[in-house]
Amino acid sequence: MEKEDLRKELKVSAIENGTVIDHIPSKSVFQVIKILNLTEYQNQLLIATNLDSQKMGKKGIIKVSNKFFKSDEINKISLVAPTATLIIIKNFEVIEKKKVEVPGYTENIVKCFNPNCITNNEDIATKFTVIDKKDLKLRCHYCEKITARDNISFR
Amino acid sequence: MKNKSLISINDFTREEHIRILELAGAFEKRPKQRILQDFVVATLFFEPSTRTRLSFESAATQLGAKVIGFSDAASSSVQKGESLRDTILTVSNYCDIIVMRHPREGSARFASEVSKVPVINAGDGANQHPTQTLLDMYSIRKTQGTLDNLNIAFVGDLKYGRTVHSLVQALCHYNTTFHLVSPIELKLPSAVKIDIKKRNLVYHQSTDLHDVIPKVDILYMTRIQKERFSDPLDYEKVKNAYVLRNNMLEGTRPNLKILHPLPRVNEITPDVDDNPKAYYFTQALNGVFVRQALLASILGVAD
Repeated sequence: MEKEDLRKELKVSAIENGTVIDHIPSKSVFQVIKILNLTEYQNQLLIATNLDSQKMGKKGIIKVSNKFFKSDEINKISLVAPTATLIIIKNFEVIEKKKVEVPGYTENIVKCFNPNCITNNEDIATKFTVIDKKDLKLRCHYCEKITARDNISFR
Repeated sequence: MKNKSLISINDFTREEHIRILELAGAFEKRPKQRILQDFVVATLFFEPSTRTRLSFESAATQLGAKVIGFSDAASSSVQKGESLRDTILTVSNYCDIIVMRHPREGSARFASEVSKVPVINAGDGANQHPTQTLLDMYSIRKTQGTLDNLNIAFVGDLKYGRTVHSLVQALCHYNTTFHLVSPIELKLPSAVKIDIKKRNLVYHQSTDLHDVIPKVDILYMTRIQKERFSDPLDYEKVKNAYVLRNNMLEGTRPNLKILHPLPRVNEITPDVDDNPKAYYFTQALNGVFVRQALLASILGVAD
């Protein structure tokens, strides 16, 4: 693990304060940026993808200066990048390292993929029960249809 | 059941199913009792459905309730752009219970969360139609004496028919053996089959109706709609393969009954109607008793 960390440090420079989102599946890096609205982010943002990883083969990493994510945002990350690790950095020091966890229930984060669902036609907060954390399947509380990883999008 | 909304058949336990079906039996014996004369029932039909609406209104009226409402969205304030939330908030001031049909999936669940009074889902888009499911269960139980351990065939459009999906899910509680007969294009979706598999129940899939008829206690027919096929030629190929004719009922089980959610088009020929095994019009009548049981139970005047 240390070896992997070292290599990473060489490729993406460190941040002073903020959050490192590590172990993102390479294909999901830009989706993570999008769902967190980082395209508009004004502080330093370091992005790398297709890095070699012992654990994952290839992985992506995002370093976000001066940003500490709230639980809603962490839930979003877990839904598109369930393997991700969050590393909290203060004064160049790792303060905390935690794996994201797919929640059992989401409220007003995910959009129902069913265009005829009432949540896509009235001003209503969406609610989903996560019925499969591994393959990511969410059942809509309203229309009862299942939104899966392939058709997931966010509000 | 008092004050509880009825949105999805999956919200109900086996015990609750049976309680409603037994209460419906009591109303069949005595359908005219003025036990709801202090109540107002609102029937909000945002899309037309003659059968379901009339059946509910007949059920309520026979029990002495007053019925208010509208029978399509064009005659309501929806046309002026009112949200469902506002319509429900307003109407729930005027009534003791709301019966609602709406073209959007999930609308009934949402209405029940906004409403001050209980809501009965009379169909929310392609999602749920629980009162239909309960009347189907009532018809099966009444004609067979039980819901347990039956052989039940579902015939026709098993892919899009919400009636079929809900009934299959409900019957999974009763050790049913399923015979699923449909064209390849209209097979039962795997999301529904998961429920059958989860309970380790036996199911047979086939495209041939003839082989199945002698093996079953209930033959549940559905309509195959032309617009479900992307290629009209595919429709032409199968349209006559799932038509039930009277001569096909020779040699079938004596207890066999034929059910259909109606409307029927040509999938059951009229010569079947006089066969004692045809049950679909009585099935529609049973809908009144089941809806009486639901209204009385939710309004708290029967248990």
